[in-house]
Amino acid sequence: MQTALRTSLPETELASRASFAPHARVVREERPLQTTGLPLSIRGLRKSFGDNEVLRGIDLHIPAGQFVAIVGKSGCGKSTLLRLIAGLEKIDSGSISFGGETRAEDIRVMFQEPRLLPWARVLANVEVGLGRDRASADAHARAEQALTEVGLADKRDQWPSVLSGGQKQRVALGRALVSRPRVLAFDEPLGALDALTRISMQRLLERVWRDQGFTAILVTHDVSEAVALADRVLVIDEGRIAHDVLVNADRPRERGSAGLANLEGSILNHLLSADDRT
Amino acid sequence: MSLIDSISIPRGIRLPRVDGLIQWIVPLAIIAIWQVACVTGFVPTRVLPAPSDVALAGWKLLLSGELVRNIWVSFWRASIGFLIGGGIGFAFGLANGLSQLSSRLTDTTLQMVRNVPHLALIPLVILWFGIDESAKLFLVALGVFFPIYLNTLHGIRTVDPQLIEMGRIYGMSDGELFRRVIFPGALPSIFVGIRFALGIMWLTLIVAETIAASSGLGYMAMQAREFMQIDIVVLSILIYALLGKLADSASRVLERLTLAWHPAFQKR
Repeated sequence: MQTALRTSLPETELASRASFAPHARVVREERPLQTTGLPLSIRGLRKSFGDNEVLRGIDLHIPAGQFVAIVGKSGCGKSTLLRLIAGLEKIDSGSISFGGETRAEDIRVMFQEPRLLPWARVLANVEVGLGRDRASADAHARAEQALTEVGLADKRDQWPSVLSGGQKQRVALGRALVSRPRVLAFDEPLGALDALTRISMQRLLERVWRDQGFTAILVTHDVSEAVALADRVLVIDEGRIAHDVLVNADRPRERGSAGLANLEGSILNHLLSADDRT
Repeated sequence: MSLIDSISIPRGIRLPRVDGLIQWIVPLAIIAIWQVACVTGFVPTRVLPAPSDVALAGWKLLLSGELVRNIWVSFWRASIGFLIGGGIGFAFGLANGLSQLSSRLTDTTLQMVRNVPHLALIPLVILWFGIDESAKLFLVALGVFFPIYLNTLHGIRTVDPQLIEMGRIYGMSDGELFRRVIFPGALPSIFVGIRFALGIMWLTLIVAETIAASSGLGYMAMQAREFMQIDIVVLSILIYALLGKLADSASRVLERLTLAWHPAFQKR
């Protein structure tokens, strides 16, 4: 697997990947070495909108620093679960707890739309992510560092309207990262991107997750994306967790390898068989 | 209105010097044709004086100081009326855009008042204020109020709710949310309101000055009509056109300065 990867990647990318490849071998659980992430415990979580019960009792524990993907049919409640975790909706019953005290800056969300302020330059948009630290003296420096991490340092003085879709989403990622969050929730962040941009964004997500060690929760409708990125894939059906699948492939993962394809196939089967029942 | 204007300007070839002058070709051509028509006797000067006569009349009024005084009086009335009416309209637009309570309390009333043509109030205004300054200011303020109110309200209500949610997630306080998200988002719409209001401002002032005034451009035109000084009547009309253009240009400059982020205002 490693050799195949070496032939398929350009030299520059190979160098950066090779530097953390040894860690991946030692740590079997595929987690970054120094975890700053928070663990997450969800008990008996329910949520309804009017008569429509969207979540019907979710019990879930996510260890610190794990990369979890949540898949499911549209309307299964996966986005609602994410919005509850991010504190964007009120919980009807049950609880969500992070291991310990959290500040608002510890939990960040990235949406399908970049949601950049069109009237603020790229750097100022990233500074928004600092939350209450916006006024601090090192705000500029921190925002610039986050922009460098997403590879857009040269666009700092541009208006968002001149950026491409993928670049906008990278600025949004920089904004989410700048406060060094300990839980990062992604709500189909790559859903609107074209196939090639998607793949390079997936690599970027994986890289920053490895570098920073936050707990990542990715909602997606793309099972191959879930399998390529996550340590663990949760299948949600009718407001409950229908399947909880561990993905034990080494990182960096090779796209389209037989093992991942098998896993993807069986998860898709779960999703489709649920479809047949209804 | 403003956005469409800017989009429709073709920007394929950009010759900066010619670009500034190109807009004056049509007005200058009209004046040239007009001059020729008058000099050749095609148009009798009793109907329409030649541009040269109008210019001469303007020069004489300029020398006597009458022209500058009247322009200044009209300009002052227009600006003060605009500031009062625009300020109140902006305040109501903000209040009703941001607060449900305020909106429910006042919006219906304002919509009813809006449908009364404000110039229909002239007889009433003359009875209330006489032909005092306050009568003109009142009418201009009333005319300017509604376009600014409606467009400010519309701008605030149509700010992308996703951006507002984003601002809240990233811990913006109410004040910060207004300053960084809501107000900039409403600004393009507010400018549309300002440009509509500038048009209404001149219209109202001209009518008010021709009916109830003892100074100002409208008064100057009415006086000239009494004495059959048709050149001065035409001069006043031309000055109105220039002042209107000036107000519009001023708002465009402001737009360019504050909406530099908007794709419609970016140089390509």
